[in-house]
Amino acid sequence: MADLSIDFAGIRSPNPFWLASAPPSNSGMQVHRAFEAGWGGAVWKTIGAPVLNVSNRYGAWQYGGQRMLGINNVELISDRPLDVNLREIVEVKRAWPDRAMIVSAMVESKPQVWHDIIRRIQDTGADGIELNYGCPHGMSERGMGSAVGQVPEYCEEITRWAMEAAKIPVIVKLTPNISDIVMPARAAIAAGANAVSLINTLNSIVGVDLDTLEITPNIGGQGGHGGYAGPAVKPIALNMLAAVAKDSVIKESKVPISGMGGISTWRDAAEFLLLGAGSLQVCTAVMHYGFRIVEDLCDGLSTWMDEKGYRRISDVVARSLHRITDFNNFDLSFRAVARIDQQKCIRCNLCYVACNDTAHQCIDLISQHGELVKPHSYEVQSNGKEEAVNTRPKVIIREEDCVGCRLCFNICPVEDCIHMFEEPSGRPPITWGQLSESQRPVTDDWEQMKAYREKMGIHIP
Amino acid sequence: MTDIQQAAAVNALHELLPPLTRNEAAVEANRCLMCFDAPCTHACPTHIDIPKFIKKIATENFLGSARTILESNLLGATCARVCPVQELCEGACVLGAEHKPIAIGRLQRYAMDFAYGKELQFFTPTKPSGKKIAVIGAGPAGLSCAGELSKRGHSVTIFEKRELPGGLSTYGIIALREPVDIALAEAAMIETLGVRIERGKELNTERAMADLQSEFDAVFLGVGLGTTPNLEIAGEEHIRDGLEYIEQSKLAVSSLVVGRDVVVIGAGNTAIDCATVARRLGASTVTMIYRRTEHEMTAYPHEYEFIKQEGVNFLFLTQPVRVHTENGVVKSLQSVRMTLGSPDASGRPSPQPIPGSEFSIPTDQVVKAIGQVKPSLALLLKLKTEKGFIRVDKNMETSRPEIYAGGDCIRARGAASTVMAVQDGKLAAFSIHERLVAHG
Repeated sequence: MADLSIDFAGIRSPNPFWLASAPPSNSGMQVHRAFEAGWGGAVWKTIGAPVLNVSNRYGAWQYGGQRMLGINNVELISDRPLDVNLREIVEVKRAWPDRAMIVSAMVESKPQVWHDIIRRIQDTGADGIELNYGCPHGMSERGMGSAVGQVPEYCEEITRWAMEAAKIPVIVKLTPNISDIVMPARAAIAAGANAVSLINTLNSIVGVDLDTLEITPNIGGQGGHGGYAGPAVKPIALNMLAAVAKDSVIKESKVPISGMGGISTWRDAAEFLLLGAGSLQVCTAVMHYGFRIVEDLCDGLSTWMDEKGYRRISDVVARSLHRITDFNNFDLSFRAVARIDQQKCIRCNLCYVACNDTAHQCIDLISQHGELVKPHSYEVQSNGKEEAVNTRPKVIIREEDCVGCRLCFNICPVEDCIHMFEEPSGRPPITWGQLSESQRPVTDDWEQMKAYREKMGIHIP
Repeated sequence: MTDIQQAAAVNALHELLPPLTRNEAAVEANRCLMCFDAPCTHACPTHIDIPKFIKKIATENFLGSARTILESNLLGATCARVCPVQELCEGACVLGAEHKPIAIGRLQRYAMDFAYGKELQFFTPTKPSGKKIAVIGAGPAGLSCAGELSKRGHSVTIFEKRELPGGLSTYGIIALREPVDIALAEAAMIETLGVRIERGKELNTERAMADLQSEFDAVFLGVGLGTTPNLEIAGEEHIRDGLEYIEQSKLAVSSLVVGRDVVVIGAGNTAIDCATVARRLGASTVTMIYRRTEHEMTAYPHEYEFIKQEGVNFLFLTQPVRVHTENGVVKSLQSVRMTLGSPDASGRPSPQPIPGSEFSIPTDQVVKAIGQVKPSLALLLKLKTEKGFIRVDKNMETSRPEIYAGGDCIRARGAASTVMAVQDGKLAAFSIHERLVAHG
């Protein structure tokens, strides 16, 4: 059985799964129950400045009958008094010494106020502190949260104040609402942060009610941008995680990264680990299904690690990171083509319409007699299941014209029906970077490019 | 029958499948893959764009969904209920092989119920063409033809011999599958398209038909078939007609007398319906007898499964010989065992009686549902026929110019069904329209 325990910047945790700083970690009672369910740690919902909340604060994006693919919120940091939070943190940490207790904080941008909150958190016995530079609503208008995270200089300065007082590890939580997330990450590290975590929520408006024309969710006739999270943001989070993890400055600092943003299953978790996350934070999936999901997060991850022969989390962390690169470095001679398993194909023709309407027109409909046919080519008098099924054409890929775009593969509703086969192009490997360096005219001029294609036998239908 | 008994009877024959809830419809609609050039649409005789109407349910464009259905099939509400979907759209669903096919019929019913609940006019007739068309029979074929022609600006009058429109949808399909109000609402919708329905008007003389032809620019015959033929056995007068039995169960259930031990002769769709009525209205035993075997019966496999679940018994290879009565009361049905011989005209093996195998089935009510006699109008109009059915060309035109026909009266081949009749009516309307427009 794989060892799931982690040591993240000195914070120990029996497994890499922490509740993210959010409603699920709002109180001692909740965190206590989360630990009972098996969570390795919790980042206590941000404490700090006084706030008041509004109703209808969560809005969800539903798609195709699937609930809450994304959730947006305008909830602020903890609206419970500071001393209540601090007292409960003491109690929970005392009851659960083996779990990671990290406390998220956000206060006014003054050195003394930061020193004060850091010290009060340390007094609880917590294992770490997370600086919330991410919250995109409510707090940002008051010069906190993402207002800090979006300006690397502020980020660095405030982190420095925190570090002046901190005796336990400090994690800086980054906002994705910025052009290049690497900049604030570097700033935090320059100020001495022990770790970074990402991503916080994305600016978003969930929708408009078509009956009332009100914003969803409706807050007294108004609405506005809120922080977006959940399965829908996962690809964005993975990209930002990889960007930070690959950055040479950050790499050199050896500062670990806590990954989050749409982690719902152990599979998501493994992907975050593979791209460089050293611990994992979860919120939306817990808000959807409750604390119990940690069981399969651990069980699935551990089973997968056993199958693959990984004994501890550190064996997995960043294992796929070296594969992330820029287009400039991709091998232009790499070739894959789509193939359809005719035994598995159910003839829904979704690949056909996608390829012909929107991609590269290399899928044909072929009749039972081997003839090319057009869609809708049956007689008006033809009907009944036998005729419909038995005369239905096959979908066949013209492999020589397939550019391997992978759209059909992505669309096919049948498991293992369309495969992308790596088909050697016969050309020596070359990247765009190499080409533009060695044969500049080819990359600058269409006539030269045409000649180059011809010479190399590159056929683009 | 007391009020309570009547309520119980109505309840026993209440529409079998409940309507889908909004959420059920959404879940099912989202399950549809939205196949391109979908096999369900090919399999549907009226070629409703099924993925289109289902996705409109998924996007909550319910009126658009209903319009999509009605554009191809004006009798979408009836077809949603009575279509043998297992043999048509759902039978062709690509999810059928490894999963459950999409419940297309029930989704169609959901969209139709929504539309009928709103009482909206879906089509506005184009400007009047000045052409007049007579439609004989307000069954599915006639209503479909009339509606399509009216949509195209023609003045259409339907002549219906019965008091109520709808044909077999109103009179001949048990309420369990289609309640009367659905069929009547559908006919009313056709009327809102501008179609006139003259009720209680039978045209059964040469003269009447000649007058009609001189008054109208074209005639469409959607006359269906006739009564149940005679078995030509002793005691025939004691046998109840299956179609009348069903009609009574729908329109006058309080006066319907159901026996304790009922025998239904036949194994087609109507026979199944008769057996269902008898069973649900209190018969202790219901036995269906059929001279061939389950392989030759014309009831669909899903109907056979259903009726077995209802607790109905079968006696295959059995042919009635004589109804035995005492003091005018049915006591038993004398029958004979059969064996299958060489194929007959229908291509099915011909049943032969086994000498000396006579036996008696105790019963107090015998119902026959053995098909219907061929349309008599064919003879009157001297139309060419095929096996007694009116012969039409691919434009649905009979051997007499400007007389078109469709529905059960032309169904010489294949299974007669509502949806086929709807398509006949529609295609005939297209042909009539084209002819009238072309000829100015």
